Amino acid sequence: MLAKSPHAALTRLFDEVGTVDCVGVEERVAKYTTRSIKKVSKVKGLRLATSMVDLTTLEGKDTPGKVASLCQKAMHPHPGLEAPQVAAVCVYPSMVRHARKALGSDTAVRIASVATAFPSGQTSLRTRLAEVKAAVADGADEIDMVINRGAFLAGDFAVVQDEIAAVVEACGDCALKVILEVSELETYDNIRAASFLAMRVMREGDFIKTSTGKTSLNATLGNNQVMLEAIRDFYLDTGIAIGMKPAGGIRTAKQSLHFLTAVKETLGDAWLTNERYRFGASSLLNDLLRQLEKEKTGAYQAPYYFSEAAESY
Amino acid sequence: MPTLTPDRKTTRPSRPAPELIFGDLWEFDPAPETADPKLKPRYDFFINGQFVPAKSGKYFDSVNPANEQKLAEIALAGKDDVDAAYAAAHKAFDTTWGKMPGRERAKYIYRIARLLQDRAREFAVAETLDGGKPIKESRDFDVPMAAAHFFYHAGWADKLEYVAPGRRVAPLGVVGQVIPWNFPLLMLAWKLAPALAMGNCVVLKPAETTSITCLKLAEILQDADLPPGVVNFVTGFGETGAAVMGHPTAVKVAFTGSTEVGKIIMRSLAGSGKKMTMELGGKAANIVFDDAPIDQAVEGIVNGIFFNQGHVCCAGSRLLVHEPVADKVITKLKTRIKVLRVGDPIDKNTDIGAINSREQLKKISELVDSGVKEGAEIFQPACKLPTKGFYFRPTIFSNVSMSHRIAREEIFGPVLSILTFRTVDEAIEKANNTAFGLSAGVWTDKGSRILKMSTELKAGVVWANTYNKFDPTSPFGGYKESGFGREGGRQGLLDYCKLV
Repeated sequence: MLAKSPHAALTRLFDEVGTVDCVGVEERVAKYTTRSIKKVSKVKGLRLATSMVDLTTLEGKDTPGKVASLCQKAMHPHPGLEAPQVAAVCVYPSMVRHARKALGSDTAVRIASVATAFPSGQTSLRTRLAEVKAAVADGADEIDMVINRGAFLAGDFAVVQDEIAAVVEACGDCALKVILEVSELETYDNIRAASFLAMRVMREGDFIKTSTGKTSLNATLGNNQVMLEAIRDFYLDTGIAIGMKPAGGIRTAKQSLHFLTAVKETLGDAWLTNERYRFGASSLLNDLLRQLEKEKTGAYQAPYYFSEAAESY
Repeated sequence: MPTLTPDRKTTRPSRPAPELIFGDLWEFDPAPETADPKLKPRYDFFINGQFVPAKSGKYFDSVNPANEQKLAEIALAGKDDVDAAYAAAHKAFDTTWGKMPGRERAKYIYRIARLLQDRAREFAVAETLDGGKPIKESRDFDVPMAAAHFFYHAGWADKLEYVAPGRRVAPLGVVGQVIPWNFPLLMLAWKLAPALAMGNCVVLKPAETTSITCLKLAEILQDADLPPGVVNFVTGFGETGAAVMGHPTAVKVAFTGSTEVGKIIMRSLAGSGKKMTMELGGKAANIVFDDAPIDQAVEGIVNGIFFNQGHVCCAGSRLLVHEPVADKVITKLKTRIKVLRVGDPIDKNTDIGAINSREQLKKISELVDSGVKEGAEIFQPACKLPTKGFYFRPTIFSNVSMSHRIAREEIFGPVLSILTFRTVDEAIEKANNTAFGLSAGVWTDKGSRILKMSTELKAGVVWANTYNKFDPTSPFGGYKESGFGREGGRQGLLDYCKLV
C-alpha cells in the first residue's frame, strides 16, 4: 500500500507532472535578458505590455477616491501619448463598486477583484466563497483567488483542488486567476505541481498567477518560466489554453520586455495578448509610458512627468 | 492522486490537435553589434615582438563566413618563417623568460588578461566576423573565458612549487602549438596561458580561416611589454602547421583539432622524443533518463549540440534517450528549436550563426545526406536563411541506430542524432561504443545514478544535469581517439613542465 504521508503525496504528484531543475531554469531565463529589443519591436513590445497591465492598488488605506483616480489612469494612461488602455484595475472587494462607478459599464477596462481572504486565504471556505460572490455581485469581471498553501504543503491536494473548483463555480462568468503564492511554495517542483493541480479544474480563459505581492519574493523570470511551461504542457495535452499573470516585482519596462520574450519563445504568438497574459503591477505602467514617450520624442522626460510612486495616480 | 479529474482529452474529442504558433506577431528588429573590430587590411606574423611580413611575400584571404566577404589578408608562413619564430623563441627562453621568477611572469600574464578585458567588445566583434559564431557567444563566452584563463594561470605563476606536491617543477623550453578554428581566441588562451605561467616560450599557429583574433592578441602582447620572442605567431595552412609541430627546437607540441590530423602528427613525431598533448575529436553521448527534468534536459540538449553551430569537439552530438520519455523529449526538442534564431552572427539576437567555411558546410551536408539515405528521420525547422554566406539549419535525426554513419562520425555541425535505450547498462554500453571519449552528459534526478555513470562512462568530462560548462580550474581532455593530456587546472599545468 502506498504511504499516505504528505511527502508521499508530493512524490506522486511530481512523478506525474515531472520535476524541474533549478539551475537549468535559471540558465534558460538568463537568455531572455540578453535579447536586444530595439526600435519598432521595442515600441510594439511596450504597447503590448501596457495593454496587459492589471493596474493594482491593494492597500489598507485604499479609498473610493484613490480607486477613482486609478480608474482614470487605467482608461487614459497618458494624454497625448495614444498609449493603449490597461487590461484591468485590480482592487479589494470593498472597492469593486467604487471602481465600477468610476469606470462605468461601457469600458474595455476590466475590474479584477482579489477575493478569498487575500492574501493569506486563512479563513473558512464558506467565508471565502461568500466574498467571491459579493465581489461578482458588485460588478467584478475577474476574480483573483489565493490557493490554500497550508493544505498544499501538508500534502492535502484534494483540499486545494476542491477549493479551487468551488471558487470556479462561485465566480460564474468571471475569469478566475489562481494565485499560487510561489514564495510560500518555495521550490520550482512545487510551483509546477501546483500549476497542474489548479489547471485541471480551471476553464479556458482563466489564469494562473505567481503571487500576491505581499511576500518578500514575487514574480521572477524563473517562476514565470516554470508556469509558462506548465501551461504549454497542459495546453498541448488537453487543448485548454490557460493564461498567465506574473505579479509583484515587475517595475521596469525592460523587465516586462524580458517577460514578454519568455512568452514569445515558450508559448508563442497566441499568448501575446491580454486575454492570455497580464502583468500584476502598479509602478510598471509609468515606466512603460516614460519609455514610450522617449521612443516618440527621442528624449527622456523630467522625472516629475512620470511619477515613480504608484501612490500618485 | 485521489482527486484527479478525468483526463479532458477523453471528454472533448472534437478539438483539433492543439499547436503553438511561433510566428512574427512580435518580431525583433535587427540588432547588430556596432563596436569597431579595428581590423587591419593585412596581417603579418608576430615574431620576436614585431610584426614581420612573409619572407615569400605570399598572403591568403580571411573571409567572413556570414557574407563571404574578404576581411583581411594573412601572411603565409614557409619553413624560413617558422625557423625565425623558433629562433626568437629559443633566444627568449635562454635570455629572459626561462630565467624570470614566476612572480614576475605573473605580472605580464595578468596584464594580458586585463588588456583583453579592456578590449573585450572589439575582440568579440572580430571573433564573430572572422569565425561566424553568434556575437552573443563571443561576447558572453569566448572573450570572457579567454581572459579568465589568463587570470587563472597568472595566479599559478608564483605558486608553482605547490603544483606537484613534494616535487619541484621546471619549464620545458620552447613549445609548438597548433589550434583549431572553432574557438580561435579561447583555444589560444588555453594553450598560451599555462605555457607562459610555467615559463615556456611559444610558437603558435592558428587555423587558416580564423587567424585574426590571434594576431590582434599580438597587439595586446606588445602593449603588455611581453619580452620579445616569448610568444610568436605564424599563420598558414596545414604545411605551416606541420612545420610548427615537427620543428627540432620544439621540446613539446600541443595540438587541438581533428583526430585525423592528430594521428598524422603523432605518426610524424614518433621517436622524436617530443612531449605531446592532443585534444582531438568527439562524439559525445548526452544521456537522458526518464526521471530527468525534461524541459531543462531539452535546454541542455540544445546547448550541447547547437552551441557554436555544433563546432565543438565536446558537442553532445548523440542524444541517448530513455525509451519511456523518447517521444516526449523529441516533441519538446522540436518545439524548442523552432524558436532558435539562425542568421547573421553579428546580430545580438542570433542563436545560431554561420558555418565556419564552405568546406565545413560541404562536409556537414554530405553527412546529413548520408543520414537521410541510411533511413534516419530528419527534422529541420522552417527558418529563413540568409542568401549569402555559409548557413545550415539546426537538424535533428531520430530513429538512428549505432550503425548509422551519423552516429559514429564526428559531424562538427548543428546536427543531432537521437538513439534510444532501455536500461542503464545499455546506455553505458552505447555511450562507450565509439572511438572517441571526450565528454558525456547525464540527465537524471537520481544522484547515485549520476555517480555510477560518471565512473563508467569513458569520457574525459561527464556533465550532470547540465552541458558544455567550462572553467579554467577544471581540467579538460579526452580518452581513446579523443586524445590525451589535459588543459586547465593543475593537471593542465603539469603538461607544460618537467619534474626535477
